[in-house]
Amino acid sequence: MGNKLLEVKNLKTTFFTVNGEIKAVDGISYYVDEGEVVALVGESGCGKSVSQLSVMQLVQSPPGKIVGGEIVFQGQDLLQCGAQSKEMREIRGARIGMIFQEPMTSLDPVQTVGSQLAEVIRRHKKVSKKQAWEIGVKTLEAVSIPDARVRMKNYPFELSGGMRQRIMIAITLACQSQLIITDEPTTALDVTIQAQIMELLMRLVRENKTSLVVVTHNLGLVTRHADRIYVMYAGKIVESGVTEDIITKPRHPYTIGLLNSVPKLRRDCSEDLNPIEGAPPDLANLPNECYFLPRCPYGKQACKGKKYPDLRQVDGQEHFIACFMDIGNDEGCTI
Amino acid sequence: MDNEIREISCITDEETRLKAKKRRKQNIRYFFTVLFGRGILAKISFVLVCIFILVAVFCPLLTSYTPFQQELSNALKGASPQHLLGTDNLGRDLFTRIVYGARFSLSIGLLSSVWALVIGVALGLAAGYFGGIFGGLVMRLMDAQLSIPPLILALCLAAVFGGAVFSISLIIGISAVPGYVRVIYGQVLSLREYDYVEAARLIGQGNFKILFKHLLPNCFPTIIVMFTMGVGTAIMIESGLAYLGIGIKAPTPSWGVMIFEGYKYIFSSPHLALWPGIMLMLLIISLSVVGDGLRDALDPKLRGKL
Amino acid sequence: MNEKKPLLQVEGLKMYFPLKKGLLSRTYCHVKAVDDVSFEVREGETFGIVGESGCGKTTTGKCILRIHDPTDGKIIYNGRDISKLPKSKFKENRRELQLIFQDPYESLDPRQSVCSILEEAIVCDRKFHTKEEIKKRMRELLSLVELHQDIALRYPHELSGGQRQRLGVARALACNPKLIVCDEPVSALDVSIQAQIINLFRRLQEELGLTYIFVAHDLAVVRHIAGRIGVMYLGRMVEILDSDDLFENSRHPYTKALLSAVPTTDYYREKRRERIVLEGEVPSPINAPPGCPFHPRCRYATDICRTTMPELLDRGRNHLVACYHDGPCES
Repeated sequence: MGNKLLEVKNLKTTFFTVNGEIKAVDGISYYVDEGEVVALVGESGCGKSVSQLSVMQLVQSPPGKIVGGEIVFQGQDLLQCGAQSKEMREIRGARIGMIFQEPMTSLDPVQTVGSQLAEVIRRHKKVSKKQAWEIGVKTLEAVSIPDARVRMKNYPFELSGGMRQRIMIAITLACQSQLIITDEPTTALDVTIQAQIMELLMRLVRENKTSLVVVTHNLGLVTRHADRIYVMYAGKIVESGVTEDIITKPRHPYTIGLLNSVPKLRRDCSEDLNPIEGAPPDLANLPNECYFLPRCPYGKQACKGKKYPDLRQVDGQEHFIACFMDIGNDEGCTI
Repeated sequence: MDNEIREISCITDEETRLKAKKRRKQNIRYFFTVLFGRGILAKISFVLVCIFILVAVFCPLLTSYTPFQQELSNALKGASPQHLLGTDNLGRDLFTRIVYGARFSLSIGLLSSVWALVIGVALGLAAGYFGGIFGGLVMRLMDAQLSIPPLILALCLAAVFGGAVFSISLIIGISAVPGYVRVIYGQVLSLREYDYVEAARLIGQGNFKILFKHLLPNCFPTIIVMFTMGVGTAIMIESGLAYLGIGIKAPTPSWGVMIFEGYKYIFSSPHLALWPGIMLMLLIISLSVVGDGLRDALDPKLRGKL
Repeated sequence: MNEKKPLLQVEGLKMYFPLKKGLLSRTYCHVKAVDDVSFEVREGETFGIVGESGCGKTTTGKCILRIHDPTDGKIIYNGRDISKLPKSKFKENRRELQLIFQDPYESLDPRQSVCSILEEAIVCDRKFHTKEEIKKRMRELLSLVELHQDIALRYPHELSGGQRQRLGVARALACNPKLIVCDEPVSALDVSIQAQIINLFRRLQEELGLTYIFVAHDLAVVRHIAGRIGVMYLGRMVEILDSDDLFENSRHPYTKALLSAVPTTDYYREKRRERIVLEGEVPSPINAPPGCPFHPRCRYATDICRTTMPELLDRGRNHLVACYHDGPCES
């Protein structure tokens, strides 16, 4: 077990809207070790992105507000710093890097890639402009961009989506971030480019001992790359554990459902898929019981009326589920 | 699951009808909540617009004078119990003239905006949707018209058509057409790329149906805002024309004519220009607030949100 | 194999978009979005087209529907070449070919209620006249796509992504189509909803005997729904094969690379799998490389690949490959 780089305890982020309070993130706890790849998995609206924006304190306020919890990064509670403080800004830029789904929005369209990169480098290192440019070229080479010198003089719109994502990675690399948070980093990219970007990120994790948080809905990607997985549903973590446990022995009905929904490349495709019926709940008025109950194929009378289940440990040492029932005990995900 | 849904969809007609009725009621309620939902300003504006319209319709009932009745001995008097807002340089009752002026100004403002709207939207829709040589031709024509100052254009047109309310409104309307065409053209260009227009074409819908069922309704927000702003501008242009001696001839009480007549006495008797000016301002502001409310109330996307 | 006659044959389809510049809009070059593509689709079959963005898969679909007028080639639908028919003569087939859009948010008019969206599609048919008939048909369509009647009075923005996509399907079905082109119909949806919609497609095919052309970038989805799959790269069809053969017997290096790039949820296999990570990116279709379009990224490329485009040849068992080095061995 490594050292805990980031530990989030009981984080709650609520949006105050005309329709009432929306608890986008409702008391989630997780941690990231040094050099570890952690994945947050869930469908749109489950709060996975908001939880990460909360860590960076980038939740738009109003309407959003972090209403409780602790975010301990390298022994320091970030929530104590305040969103606009100098410390927080320094952490956001340098120690925690963030990569979004659409890199075009994170890059300044009217500045060349090189000047943006050099600016970031100069903010964190005391070097001359020329030196910063040279370091910039080296980092671009480190993220396998061909003709790095030429690319430095390009504007973001002249580059392809994959290239832009590499630039974003180069910026976090130049800052020597200890933690990189990626929000659907490859969703906007083609499959083969997706593979390239993920290989690149994984190489950085191995070489620099960086930690990586991957927020995604792509279960395949998670299976391939993550060390540990947190599965989220309606603002709560419903299952967490080591990748092997979660993928091969899922215990929460939602995780089982998700895994069954994914079309398999190998399986006999004459049979229908097993989707989860229904749709995710309305976050503005959640029931006073298990949120997944209306869609749960195992949901029993016994679950009705009980309060939302707490996370509890099952078989593996680090396998937690928020479910009253004991499903998938031995047979894996077969229904 | 399958069977369940199929059973549900066999609900009797009676039940569906009831639900539809309820829904329609809800929609009407939403319409008014949104229309007035913007606080006190929206409510006041709506009442003001209603008052202006009522005044314009029922003006003879509101006053015992006629707008042309002169009383030279009483000229340029301030407010008094006989003359609520005083009298003008010919001793005519100012209140009466404002009340009658509402009729002329409103009808010219509305009528000319309707002209501009009908011609402008039709041309803009067609030019945007069909494009090609036709679209290019329309747009170049509009550019040509834009290069002529609106007052000069109106002058020329007035020389041709004469100066009755109908023709004046047509003249003002025509001079406002290019604005509509440009905006609608731009909007249609972006709207016609949407998938739902493609979908309509794929189900075999004709061009005109697509124009009127899909493109026109989606232009509504812009059209409403342009229309309400156009009414104010039209009234102003009309007063400018009147000042130049074309358009509505002098004794006819229109607010524009009154402002320019009163302008001569601005230092001695400021009320002559002031009152019609205030009326004009109130009308323009309240119209644009009501227009904004109407735009939101007609937007189905905002309906569910309140 | 089934002996049904082909419903649609595409022969040598080319779609070049001219790039214009200057005052006189002189055409200075072409974007070869689709370049010499041929395939056939049998009745009741699902033909999948996969490829990365910019490979021309969507353009191919849109040419079949005559949204674009192809530059060259034949599109034979039901024994008749529809690619050069004037629009007026195409009318009789118009409604038999339908499209399901990728983005369920853009494909529905925000100012139309569900009810009027469906009514529009039904009325266009001119088969249904009285209000009762239209209503009955509407109810039929809604239950076909498993939508509750209650939503008929709602507006698109009040529906979830899955419901919107179902509505898009219902609108297409209102025309009694024979062939539906599905353009990435599930890629904008969440995983659990995706599976529901895929199942819906399969059920509708069984019940109504529809033929699909399923365009998508997700290999697993396409493999699940399609009987035959065409892999496109840079405007060209590089391999056509039965979907059962995809995993075990694909022969084109690009198909293999694609397969290996798709991460799966099969944990133990995923850990053992050898991955082919392709270098570089897809070249621009404005100046595609000469010869095989894939050669700059292909690890087997030799001189002949750089000069001459390999033909799409039948290698037996309905398996067509366009490659000089397609030994089934290396994998």
